[in-house]
Amino acid sequence: MRTTRAAAVAAVTMSLALAATACGGGSSTDGGGSNDSPKTLTYWASNQGASIEVDKKVLQPELDKFEKETGIEVKLEVVPWSDLLNRILTATTSGQGPDVLNIGNTWSASLQATGALLPWDKAQFDKIGGKDRFVDSALGSTGAEGQDPAAVPLYSMAYALYYNKKAFADAGISEPPATWDELVADGKKLTGDGKWALGVEGSNPSENIHHAVVFAKQHGADFFTADGKPDFTSDKAVAGVKQFVDLMAKDRIVAPGNAEYAQNQSVSDFAKGKTAMLLWQSASANLKSQGMSEDAYGIAPVPVQSGTPGTGTGVNSMVMGINMAVFKNTDNIDGATKFVKFMTSDAEQKLLNQAYSSIPPVKGAQADAAFNTPANAVLKDTLAKSAVAAPQVADESQFETAVGTAIKGLFAEAAAGRKVTEESVKAALEKAQQQMPAK
Amino acid sequence: MTTTVPTEAAVRQISPGTASGPRRRPGRIRRIGLPYLLLLPALLLELLVHLVPMVIGMVMSFKELTQFYIRDWTTAPWNGLDNYSVSVDFDAPVGAALLHSFLVTVAFTLLSVALCWLIGTAAAIFMQDTFRGRGLLRALFLVPYALPVYTAVITWVFMFQHDNGLVNHVLHDQLGLTDKPSFWLIGDNSFIALLTVSVWKGWPFAFLIVMAGLQNIPKELYEAASLDGAGLWQQIRRITLPSLRPVNQVLVLVLFLWTFNDFNTPYVLFGKTAPEAADLISVHIYQASFVTWNFGTGSAMSVLLLLFLLVVTGVYLVITSRGRRTADV
Repeated sequence: MRTTRAAAVAAVTMSLALAATACGGGSSTDGGGSNDSPKTLTYWASNQGASIEVDKKVLQPELDKFEKETGIEVKLEVVPWSDLLNRILTATTSGQGPDVLNIGNTWSASLQATGALLPWDKAQFDKIGGKDRFVDSALGSTGAEGQDPAAVPLYSMAYALYYNKKAFADAGISEPPATWDELVADGKKLTGDGKWALGVEGSNPSENIHHAVVFAKQHGADFFTADGKPDFTSDKAVAGVKQFVDLMAKDRIVAPGNAEYAQNQSVSDFAKGKTAMLLWQSASANLKSQGMSEDAYGIAPVPVQSGTPGTGTGVNSMVMGINMAVFKNTDNIDGATKFVKFMTSDAEQKLLNQAYSSIPPVKGAQADAAFNTPANAVLKDTLAKSAVAAPQVADESQFETAVGTAIKGLFAEAAAGRKVTEESVKAALEKAQQQMPAK
Repeated sequence: MTTTVPTEAAVRQISPGTASGPRRRPGRIRRIGLPYLLLLPALLLELLVHLVPMVIGMVMSFKELTQFYIRDWTTAPWNGLDNYSVSVDFDAPVGAALLHSFLVTVAFTLLSVALCWLIGTAAAIFMQDTFRGRGLLRALFLVPYALPVYTAVITWVFMFQHDNGLVNHVLHDQLGLTDKPSFWLIGDNSFIALLTVSVWKGWPFAFLIVMAGLQNIPKELYEAASLDGAGLWQQIRRITLPSLRPVNQVLVLVLFLWTFNDFNTPYVLFGKTAPEAADLISVHIYQASFVTWNFGTGSAMSVLLLLFLLVVTGVYLVITSRGRRTADV
């Protein structure tokens, strides 16, 4: 009896302790970096290629080249997207992070607010050739306005409309849609016989956000006020989000099954010919790895409400991309700076951005003929003329989760055959707004 | 061959603990101190791994801890009971969401524990009889318990998929039980999906523990009952279940705590943001802390959960031990 009781008490203690330690923290570190360990660097690369192995194959030869040039060994770890933000947060809390890392450019302002990343002031930028080497739109996603950037642009991307040429020809459609009305009309012709017009990643909050920001902007709305306060429930923002979800709920040109997609299944569906269109950023390398020939699809700008893409309400993409940041408490600040210089050099930029089918944010490299193909021209044009930066506010990552999850819920409603109304969209966005940290 | 008989002095020297006088003291200290010395590493580790972080978590719950302070959480400003009042203000969104998540978790835990216990006990009783293939069946029963959680749950994710999943294939395509393929990983059905995986994963543990408990029940009791004309159900009700009472007491408690705090199953099934119908409290607190970066509020929620579990287990232990004392009398 006693043993039973003791065992029960032990079990209770262990479980309770586990419950309360979920929020345990780490120690703090400060300082602006040192050169205590000048011969090594640790680099966390985000997963850009079709797999982590592909990334290692792309990056390792370049790191070897860097070691040959400088004598600095770079230890590479490719971190999957799903883990990257948590890993960065953990590293920030414990002070035990990499020296150099990749961040999604939409997180720049959020991570800047933690104070863990090295600010790129003029002197720091001069060490890598100056700020002028970079394209303006890419620099717009490196941190909050009025502050020194928290990172340096590495790869630039933009959303485009990928369309299956054969499916379009079979449906008698001669050119890709330029407006949403045209897309819906074409979509109805392309949907049927187990095939669908368009793919979305309904359960991926970040992916939802990228589209929601653009749709809202096309209706003339922003998700944050000029002074950085959440403003998710304006009529125009509601209209934008509803229009996006309606592609499944009302227009029925997106398969209901897409509501649970979160692992890039929509890219596979497009590569297999199950869907005729895909709104994606730099999908070429991914499609190639899934066996889809480059001749099989065309790339067009993402549709707008009317007219042609451009600044203002003709926005049709967020400025997407990857930035490179240095942890403030690095033990090799000179080496880290040299490494950023190496990775953003014209030669490396050409090579890496070709490998990842992205666009170099470095002007010198972007001018290279390799990035003048018709496909890249669409992306370059979008970045230059009609892409908008993610909200550069400290709460951006919470916004991605809150609004992205609200849209995930709306897609679930649509998939279940329930109506998505203005009221239900507004209610979902209202709930998301209330979840944002109070100021 | 000669036998050496130790002298009294030699005996005293060999076993000082039994000797009288001041000479025995060092031995006694050694004897009494040794168990504590042996426990010391475990106690230290327990302190480091559990208690210190737990105290830190409690301190954090009184701070305004957001991304602005996570680099050095000690500099975060104190905000008194704000995190607690936000968490329990059930009219406001954060509190309402926490209450919803709590209620979902209670319903999920009660159902999961009940089903795990029922299936585990039934299987253990069934397996008591010797029959051909019993060993193989017993090994098969334990497979869900032996599999790594991630592997097992991710397999369920594939099976629950709307378009290509096995579950819809069987229920819709083969048996025609549903009008159209159902969604299991989003929407209301996600609760059923979560419960299914939890029970599948949890019942073998109940089976294992009950099976061990059954070994201690004397066969004679069943033989005597059988001679007195008791049927199978009567034997289970009058002999098996009462004899299993101490085992069940621990089993139900452990299952309850594990299920209530289960993080892996919902996280692997649904990712960082669970559907509302399956928003278990462990993932909810994780989301508050690590996805929306309100670490202070997340810590307060953790402490509230800890208090709740302490009260529930305390009441449970008092009730069950009182019942047992009465039975002993």
